[in-house]
Amino acid sequence: MSAARAAFDARALPAAFVRAALLALLAFVIFGPLLNLALWAFAEKWYFPSKLPLEYGLTFWRRVFAPRGNALASLGTSIWIALLTVALSLAVAVPAGYALARLRLPWRGLILLAFLLPQAVPNLPVYVNIARVFYEIGLAGTVTGVVLVHASHGLVLAVWIASAAFAAVDDSLEEAARNLGASAWTCFRTVTLPLAAPGLMASAIFVFLESLDEFTGTYFVGVPDITTLPLLMFNASMGGNYQIASITALLLLVPSIGFMLVVERFLKSDVLAMVGR
Amino acid sequence: MDSDVLSADGAALDRSAATARAVRARRLAGFGLVAPALAVVVLFFVLPLALSAVGAFRAADGSFTLAHFDKAFDLYTKDLVFTVAIVGVSTLLIALVAIAIAGYLTLGENPRAVALLRWLYRWPLFIPFVVAGQVMRTFLAKNGMLNHVLIGTGLIDPLAAQSVLDWRGIVVAFVWKQAPFVTLLLAGAMASLDRSHVEAARNLGAPRWRVLGGIVLPQVRGTLLVGLVLSFVTMLSVLSVPLMINPNSPTMMTVDVAYRINTHGDYAVANALCLVSLLLAAVGAAFYLRHSVGHAERRP
Repeated sequence: MSAARAAFDARALPAAFVRAALLALLAFVIFGPLLNLALWAFAEKWYFPSKLPLEYGLTFWRRVFAPRGNALASLGTSIWIALLTVALSLAVAVPAGYALARLRLPWRGLILLAFLLPQAVPNLPVYVNIARVFYEIGLAGTVTGVVLVHASHGLVLAVWIASAAFAAVDDSLEEAARNLGASAWTCFRTVTLPLAAPGLMASAIFVFLESLDEFTGTYFVGVPDITTLPLLMFNASMGGNYQIASITALLLLVPSIGFMLVVERFLKSDVLAMVGR
Repeated sequence: MDSDVLSADGAALDRSAATARAVRARRLAGFGLVAPALAVVVLFFVLPLALSAVGAFRAADGSFTLAHFDKAFDLYTKDLVFTVAIVGVSTLLIALVAIAIAGYLTLGENPRAVALLRWLYRWPLFIPFVVAGQVMRTFLAKNGMLNHVLIGTGLIDPLAAQSVLDWRGIVVAFVWKQAPFVTLLLAGAMASLDRSHVEAARNLGAPRWRVLGGIVLPQVRGTLLVGLVLSFVTMLSVLSVPLMINPNSPTMMTVDVAYRINTHGDYAVANALCLVSLLLAAVGAAFYLRHSVGHAERRP
């Protein structure tokens, strides 16, 4: 019996070893770059050929968070633009999502196609040309201009998720409310909307993150006055200031990774299954 | 509402006219609800896109010309090839990584390894490209962690250490950032498959890689293609990663577009380049449509 067991172990051992080695390799590929970034954020001095920073410290953090520093201002601009983008996107996406999920629409296919385009077409041509138009009408370099560009891209996600969220609401509940005498608006406000709320919350978070992380559109439309956090990070990095760039990158990582960890709590599989129906 | 119409007798005609009016009104209301969102997309996305297509063919005096394309191809054919190669290789690698990870998540028999892998693979999922660029800029540099680990484990000689911040760096950044997205889609599709075929094949002694290739993958091909086409299109218009990792020629077309505009104010050639990238994306989309439609036709 123990011989059989030993033979079994001998066969299982290399497999377990290969499995552990592959997982370790993947962990290095995923976390290695992030760890390297974190090292740069706390490095005071670091040059070739030393493997690790020569001195650690918080000098650059103090510089980033200095009251007069432009990082805090950029963070403020980024959050303000993202909030406005969410407000605009949801204000137009919630009615549109409801109509797509519940009402009969003329040219439904064409409308769905229009809401697919911004995610399915390379965005660079759009940003380049809208920047030119905005420059002529005085919207270039303004918060309004950047919000409009972010919203035209973000609201598409919001429409799809909102439509899926409304489609996932059981319509017999709405019928029951209507049969008991609720008006269409009361029914929407007290039955449909609360039931679709988690999906709508997910779409709001998606739009917020997308706006917060957006680079190319802001790069073209925001110049020269709007500096969001991604632009600040890019400028620092291109200017060779790896510490400032890495600290800013870490700030941008917080919401991204936080959302990655909780995404499934907001986007239930019943909503995901309805996307694109 | 229809049952009301049927149950009525004398007033049926009247009622059906009223119903038709109500249906029309509801359709109009529905369109009214969609209109604001549609207006934003049309004004700030579709219209600029059309401007790009027009601008690529317009001479300074407003007449039709192909000169901008001549100039674009004269200056940037090398970068066009470079772009197609980078995005193509990245898409291929993303497919391989996603199939391997999603396949193990679906067919893996060690619950702890599956749980660990599920937790591990998606960290870069929502990390923006511009941050991925910065992350790789430090990791792949000559003094980066990759080289130090390779030297430390004796895999390369310290003198052989070189920077990977060229086309390879762009590919690494793209795969690092996009593979989790395709894996997430693919693993979701695989999880919703009927397990009975998989169990049957496993019971008959088929190895896992054959179950993956012969039974699981053919059923989720559509999802894989959607993820890959979306990634392909996204990577085509990323500006930050090539700017940060490899801004010198040969580089990606997005860098050339930014250069034409920022340095020369040359929207015409920039738009010609943009149109070429739109055509590349269309090729990707056509590839997807042909395969998904072909798939649907073969289904009984």
